[in-house]
Amino acid sequence: MAISINGRDVALPDDPRVSLADLLRDDLHLTGTKIGCNQGGCGACTVLLDGARVLSCLTLAVQAEGRRVTTIEGLAEADQLHPLQAAFIAQDGFQCGYCTPGQICAAEALLRELAEGLPSYVTADITAPAPLSAEEIRERMSGNLCRCGAHPGIVAAILQVAEERAA
Amino acid sequence: MIPFSYSRAGTAEQATAAAASGHRLLGGGTNLVDLMRRGVEQPERLVDVTGLSDDIRPTPQGGLMIGGAVRNAALAGHPAVRREYPVLSRAVLAGASAQIRNMATVAGNIMQRTRCAYFTDAATRGCNKRSPGSGCDAQGGFSRYHAILGGSSACIATHPSDMCVALAALDAQVHLASAAGLRVVPLVEFHRLPGDAPHLDTVLQPGEIITALELPPPPAAMRSAYRKVRDRASYAFALVSVAACVTVDRGTLTDIRLAFGGIAPKPWRALRAEEALRGTPATPQAIAAALALDFAEAKPLDGNAFKLPLASRTAMAVLADLIGDAA
Amino acid sequence: MSRVQNAVIGSVRTVVGWLPERWLPGGSPDPLIGRHGEVGRQLGHLDGPLKVTGAARFAAEVPLEQLCHAALVHSPVARGRIATLDTRAAEAAPGVVLVLTHRTMPRLEPVPLISITNMTAVGNSALPILQDPEIRYNGQVVALVLAETPQQADFAASLIDISYDEAPARTRFEAAKPQARTPASILVERNEEAVGDAEAALRQSAFQVDAIYTTPGHNHAAIEPHAVTAAWTGDRLVLHDATQAIAPTAAALAKLFDIRREDVRVLSPFVGGGFGAKGFWDHHVLAVAAARLVRRPVRLVLSREAVFRMVGGRSPTEQRVALAAEAGGRFTALIHTGYSVMPPYGACPEQYTLGSRALYRAQNVRFGQKHLDLDVVPNTYMRAPGEAVGSFALESAVDELAHQMSMDPIELRLRNDPEVHPLSGIPFSQRALAEAYRQGAEAFGWAARNATPRTRREGEWLLGMGCATGSFPYVRMPAGAVRIRLTRDGRASVACSAQDMGMGTATVQSQHAADRLGLPLAAVSFEMGDSDLPPAPMAGGSGQTVSIVAAVAAAATKLTGELLRLAGNASPLAGLRAGEVRLQEGGLVSLADPARRDSFDAILSRAGREDITVTESAAAPLEMFKYAMQSQSANFCDLRVSAVTGEIRITRLLGVFDVGTILNPRTAASQLRGGMIMGLGMALSEEVLFDERSGRIMNAGLADYHIPAHLDIPEIDVRWTGIPDPRSPLGARGIGEIAITGVAAAIANAVFNATGTRLRDLPLTLDKLLEEEGA
Repeated sequence: MAISINGRDVALPDDPRVSLADLLRDDLHLTGTKIGCNQGGCGACTVLLDGARVLSCLTLAVQAEGRRVTTIEGLAEADQLHPLQAAFIAQDGFQCGYCTPGQICAAEALLRELAEGLPSYVTADITAPAPLSAEEIRERMSGNLCRCGAHPGIVAAILQVAEERAA
Repeated sequence: MIPFSYSRAGTAEQATAAAASGHRLLGGGTNLVDLMRRGVEQPERLVDVTGLSDDIRPTPQGGLMIGGAVRNAALAGHPAVRREYPVLSRAVLAGASAQIRNMATVAGNIMQRTRCAYFTDAATRGCNKRSPGSGCDAQGGFSRYHAILGGSSACIATHPSDMCVALAALDAQVHLASAAGLRVVPLVEFHRLPGDAPHLDTVLQPGEIITALELPPPPAAMRSAYRKVRDRASYAFALVSVAACVTVDRGTLTDIRLAFGGIAPKPWRALRAEEALRGTPATPQAIAAALALDFAEAKPLDGNAFKLPLASRTAMAVLADLIGDAA
Repeated sequence: MSRVQNAVIGSVRTVVGWLPERWLPGGSPDPLIGRHGEVGRQLGHLDGPLKVTGAARFAAEVPLEQLCHAALVHSPVARGRIATLDTRAAEAAPGVVLVLTHRTMPRLEPVPLISITNMTAVGNSALPILQDPEIRYNGQVVALVLAETPQQADFAASLIDISYDEAPARTRFEAAKPQARTPASILVERNEEAVGDAEAALRQSAFQVDAIYTTPGHNHAAIEPHAVTAAWTGDRLVLHDATQAIAPTAAALAKLFDIRREDVRVLSPFVGGGFGAKGFWDHHVLAVAAARLVRRPVRLVLSREAVFRMVGGRSPTEQRVALAAEAGGRFTALIHTGYSVMPPYGACPEQYTLGSRALYRAQNVRFGQKHLDLDVVPNTYMRAPGEAVGSFALESAVDELAHQMSMDPIELRLRNDPEVHPLSGIPFSQRALAEAYRQGAEAFGWAARNATPRTRREGEWLLGMGCATGSFPYVRMPAGAVRIRLTRDGRASVACSAQDMGMGTATVQSQHAADRLGLPLAAVSFEMGDSDLPPAPMAGGSGQTVSIVAAVAAAATKLTGELLRLAGNASPLAGLRAGEVRLQEGGLVSLADPARRDSFDAILSRAGREDITVTESAAAPLEMFKYAMQSQSANFCDLRVSAVTGEIRITRLLGVFDVGTILNPRTAASQLRGGMIMGLGMALSEEVLFDERSGRIMNAGLADYHIPAHLDIPEIDVRWTGIPDPRSPLGARGIGEIAITGVAAAIANAVFNATGTRLRDLPLTLDKLLEEEGA
């Protein structure tokens, strides 16, 4: 058995201590996935595991056996930018760029969660599909820290893509 | 991290057998892997139990049975939970981040360990929970996130879960399995108070595992709320949280379940206040007086004395909203 | 900083003051000021595609053959000696390549400390690194392990068995006060300044505020942890680094490891946030030494915990601000004094009183700072060192005084707005704080504020507004060169070892170079991030942009002269001198007669050249001594406070910045918002929890040191006066730091307006509100 990473099968590491983030960065040189704290406290290592956003720093690579991992490198089609990547550029959703891949992966999952009508802590009526709003995006992105203070641009970029998809 | 072996359990039997032979159970890893990296936890054998039941299904009694491996996000997003137990959805959604909720399991959430800084820093000497008999550096140190109720001279750590606070208010039951058989423990009795053995977080016995959580049927016309008070608007542990479930009938509080997070080593049911208020119109003055019954035994420190008024005021506001909306 | 330095700086000021303006940089305004070109245009970060696709490679991400991974062991005690040390188990652990302790570490000299006058000195700590068994602070590195994998290195590090003989440590702020030191100077300013008798004026005035304001330690918390990858080939070193100081790091390493400067190459094309933290620390020395010993490349990535333990943050401060005014509002006394931590082996005084010296006119003043020696990792500069925390104290006090006087706090500020620098009497190069307040008050709707606290309410939420001034000095670094290579096809590449921690260095410097060289943006490239390029100064003091702009301008002047020389007598420009032409539209053009022109292509073709390269350094930044050059900002905050829980939630922030020319409105707005967000974090939640019993930081992680999360951050409106500074290159002053200043005070002032409770201790947490209310 193996892990499917961006569509390619990758062998499991021999050492179970290797986290998914370590596997991506050290062994596969997929360094778009960042490690900011290695403690689950910042979200820089966010990847999609079977489409759901998870922290690759707290996921043991062996736990991903038989599952599908998508990283920032696998988000876009061929040489195109993913709409979120383009929107992050258009809205200045970054400065140093270190938290950016994690923000974008989290945002991709967020848009899917919103489309599925899943609630958040700030959703007024959790029995109904959550509305699209800046506040909803802020709450749902709160697991991705940014120290440069690009938050307004990040929220604007996600809103832009959400509105494009809704149109 | 020390070297460890990794295996997976496909069934509860395999998991209990592994637990009986000294394996630590690994769920989403959001707490255990972090603590292993910090050197606070050093298991030599891990058994991955995320392959166990992740079903949420109705019980014959009209409640819900929630598999131990259900992810927190799946629990919060489940239509029946959102509809029938919104306090639980909200509590889960108040915790951690979307990523962590996608990873963490229900059983793992219950089993998570305290965030006390003196516990999570393996280089700190005094922590009876991490190293029995070594003392408690939190007392006389930073105690802002620590207990005002239920602590002991040996330990004042709080249980950090939001989910468990709602579960406490909902009278949830924890289903346990071991080679010796099955047993069911009310959630409010599952976590231990530290006393002189703070290293024991729960009543779970060696070789025993959590297989499921059971929610009793929701009372008809129950109104509920979860309010979390914290330093950051999101992605922070609670200073105080309140889960409240009430039923109001023509101005009278016919049922009330009230639980607090952030103030005790376990989710804290305010049983005295509940009893004092049940069957009354629950005026603000009555609520304040009733809460004082529960907080009478509080032992606040300089660093956390603010939690007494904070818990009380937050609960009063939550109850006033629920009762006001029902009126 | 010494008395000698005071004397030197003082005499420079005096001499420069006598010099005619035209002899000085800034004497005649930069001709590019006000010209509409690439500068001033909206342009996104040029490296955006690399960053959003994950293709930008940071220091820990360079793939190298034979790489080994490092892990560190830190002392859990604050003071003492290593008593026993047993590394056998670690050495025998799987994959271990090297265990380095004070016994095996090569003997090295201390690193030269950062200094204003020596741009190649870069150290943050004068303490020895693994040179002896002494423990000098909790968190000090006591061992390094190299192994084949990071997992093996981490595990082996845990097997090193160390015991300590503990000694008493100085870890208590209060207890250290009786032994506080009073330094002669703070940076290049004399520390203690007094005009008149401020204490007497304070007692005699109609209105006065005299209060203590406290701020905790702060951590930069850049999301990229510090990391280096060090590779030796013989006696040549390549270091992949995350640094704000490329050239100084290369110089320091060459000196320390006794190799030639040209045999060190420091590469740092991307830096995942700096804010002052990404300077030179022990990990540089450890990784380079270890790599040399094992003759293999070494990667050392600090754990998040290690970032807190071995890289200093912002010092805690305890500040006294006393302000007095006569009935008309004129300040009769201003006193700003206090304590911060600065161990004698550190390099960075937290200059919290410097901003106050330039901000208000007062009849009597007294300023002075005291340093406390504690056994801690030395503090370092963090975004707007001094002003960030100093403005909290000063601008809270101004608000307190305004409330006492029933005067609008903006009005009170403007009544004390100085015409010239209040201490030196030197004229300001440009100053438009009043205009910033006018614009801000109008855009924000300041008129809607009710000056009586606790009067506006929505449900359980008390509403409040506040404002405060921010400030930061203009800095241009006294060094820095650039190289310009111009090719016949009219393309230019501009190069220096500049740093980019996310500000958009290459982006704005490309814009600037296009205008300076008279080329379209697409024809210009800007190379940076490499110590093999001409040395740029460190990115600090918000001074990098103008420092490089000045060097590019100098190099462009030199290029013009060289081109004229090459153009020769066959040129339409024959006979003209460098000052009589300018670079425009791909060639040289006569200033007097624009019809006389010669293209780069024609000049180089006639000379039989494919290209021309010049390297030049900027003139010394004497404008900083001739003029008082200071940026200001007007900050506004609208917030709500729960009357139930005391939770504070910011509704809106607005900042109007008087910072000279804005070079790129997009990157500038982003950077200014970012600074305000860091100010918001400082106001509401950021605090290093330093346990004074053990000298240990108890929240050394991002889950517990609370920087703002998305939900904490409201709409943020940033604007600027846009008035160029006639004395600075391009009319610009730095914008990297000013935006954090004044924000915490604006928030604290808004909290007072909402609740009637005055909090003077950061962060403004709900427990403090509840306690004040209960008291």
